[in-house]
Amino acid sequence: MKLGLVIDADNCVGCQACVVACKQWNTSGTLGPLTDHDPYGDEPSGVAFNRVRSYEVGVFPNSKTVNMPMSCMHCETAECVTVCPTGASYKRQEDGIVLVDQDKCMGCNLCAWACPYGARELDDVSGTMKKCTLCVDRIYDDALPEEERQPVCVLTCPSNARHFGDFDDPDSHVNRLVRERGGQQSLPELGYNPVNRYLPPRNKPHVGQERGTTPGGFADRLKGWLSRSVSR
Amino acid sequence: MQPAWSVIFFTVASGAGFGLVILTVFLGLFGGVHGLGTNGTAAAVIIGMVLAAAGLLASTLHLANPRNAWRAFFRFRTSWLSREAVFAVLFYPVSVLYLVGIVLSGDGAWFTWVGAIGIVVSLLAVATVFATGMIYASLRTIPQWNSALVPVNYLLLALASGALLLTAIVAMASDEIRAMALLSIVLLAIAGAAKATYYFWIGMPPSGPSIHTALALTRGQVRLLEAGQSHDTFLNREFSFQASAKLLVRLRLIVYATVFVIPFVLMAAALHAGHPMLAPSAALFMAVGLVVERWLFFAEARHTVNLFYGRQTC
Ligand code: SF4
Ligand code: SF4
Repeated sequence: MKLGLVIDADNCVGCQACVVACKQWNTSGTLGPLTDHDPYGDEPSGVAFNRVRSYEVGVFPNSKTVNMPMSCMHCETAECVTVCPTGASYKRQEDGIVLVDQDKCMGCNLCAWACPYGARELDDVSGTMKKCTLCVDRIYDDALPEEERQPVCVLTCPSNARHFGDFDDPDSHVNRLVRERGGQQSLPELGYNPVNRYLPPRNKPHVGQERGTTPGGFADRLKGWLSRSVSR
Repeated sequence: MQPAWSVIFFTVASGAGFGLVILTVFLGLFGGVHGLGTNGTAAAVIIGMVLAAAGLLASTLHLANPRNAWRAFFRFRTSWLSREAVFAVLFYPVSVLYLVGIVLSGDGAWFTWVGAIGIVVSLLAVATVFATGMIYASLRTIPQWNSALVPVNYLLLALASGALLLTAIVAMASDEIRAMALLSIVLLAIAGAAKATYYFWIGMPPSGPSIHTALALTRGQVRLLEAGQSHDTFLNREFSFQASAKLLVRLRLIVYATVFVIPFVLMAAALHAGHPMLAPSAALFMAVGLVVERWLFFAEARHTVNLFYGRQTC
């Protein structure tokens, strides 16, 4: 199995719901707590596994807002694992999930340097590296109803912009999306071969849009009023 | 990249220490350091070992969880950091053996058993410094580091600073420092040329990752609207460090002057008039300059995370 996410950059509205849901689940999950500093103060900051940034693409008025959620891509060539001197970072054989063993990590930061995507954040209270687990503590949990055995970010997304599945299965939901919509990798030239894919914005509007008419000047309106009254 | 003081001190001190041991032992293979007796040679090796150890200890200050530092020896197969740790730790027992040999037999020539140990000592020291360079050079995420020039620079600067230290030690024992001064001059010139090549190379227009390949969605103009955070996080603190272009240029000039030009001139002077303070002051200049050089090494490095925060190229 090769588990990962497909993120639809066309659907994502940048609402940050997945960021909050991720933080909520994982701060009490296997890697928790995700330490916060000054959470209710003037300069809040803290560990997060998932961040959503918004970009303006193109030049106004021909521009568009694109939101890009980022979490660990569970790369096939995960150099974060290669560089780890302690063996704390590892990639699971069975499903490709990249994890950090909190009992082995010495907090040297090297894996965060090796990750191109900023997916790893050091928790300076525990002194260890933390990162997205692809909700490994949800997706195999028999106690949950089957439809809930998914990463919590995917379940939470209100605009259906996040999809979870097995990229090894050619007929999986995620692979079909990648095929149909031309899913892309971020920074492919670095050769990390990230599993997560991004679906680019569609060229045509996704939902039918009403074409408004430009309001005319006084003369136009007078003509319109006249023709309506005369025909009556 | 955020310059890390513990790492800067570590690479400067242990680089000079390993360089000193490499040169002392290597010259020992071919009849010994000119102007240095057995005791002097042993003292030089001990000073080198102490400097390297001080650096290695400083490097553990940079760990957030040093309790697990002992685990760093177990990923030798893949991790350059692990290799560095293993080479550094192997270096010590072998060096102690060499010291004992030198004191007992007084001869470290290549055909003696002491010389054979000496070869292992210098190979381990070279391997440690090389591994340090490779930790940086192996990161494809930082174009300014991802080059063979990086380990070459680390090695050459270790040798050049080691040579100046050795000259200073020789100056204390005798006034026959001309041979060492000459060797220092040659090493300084080579290291200076390599560093200048590096600065030229990182100044070339970036051709690697860009905000377009990072977003993977568009070729249009892109700008960050909203980072999704109101204040800096670990990512910004670690990767977004930026110094003004003016400061960077000034610091480079300081590096050229203190690491290469001034020691070069002082050593050239020592060739003619052997004043005992010339070599120590050259070594001091270089030590200060190397701290600046390492700081710049970090300050001028641009990690690809910055692309997601709106940087156009790395
Ligand atoms: S996204 Fe970063 S942390 Fe995740 S597997 Fe790839 S390199 Fe490692
Ligand atoms: S910070 Fe921890 S997980 Fe990352 S490379 Fe260092 S020891 Fe490995």
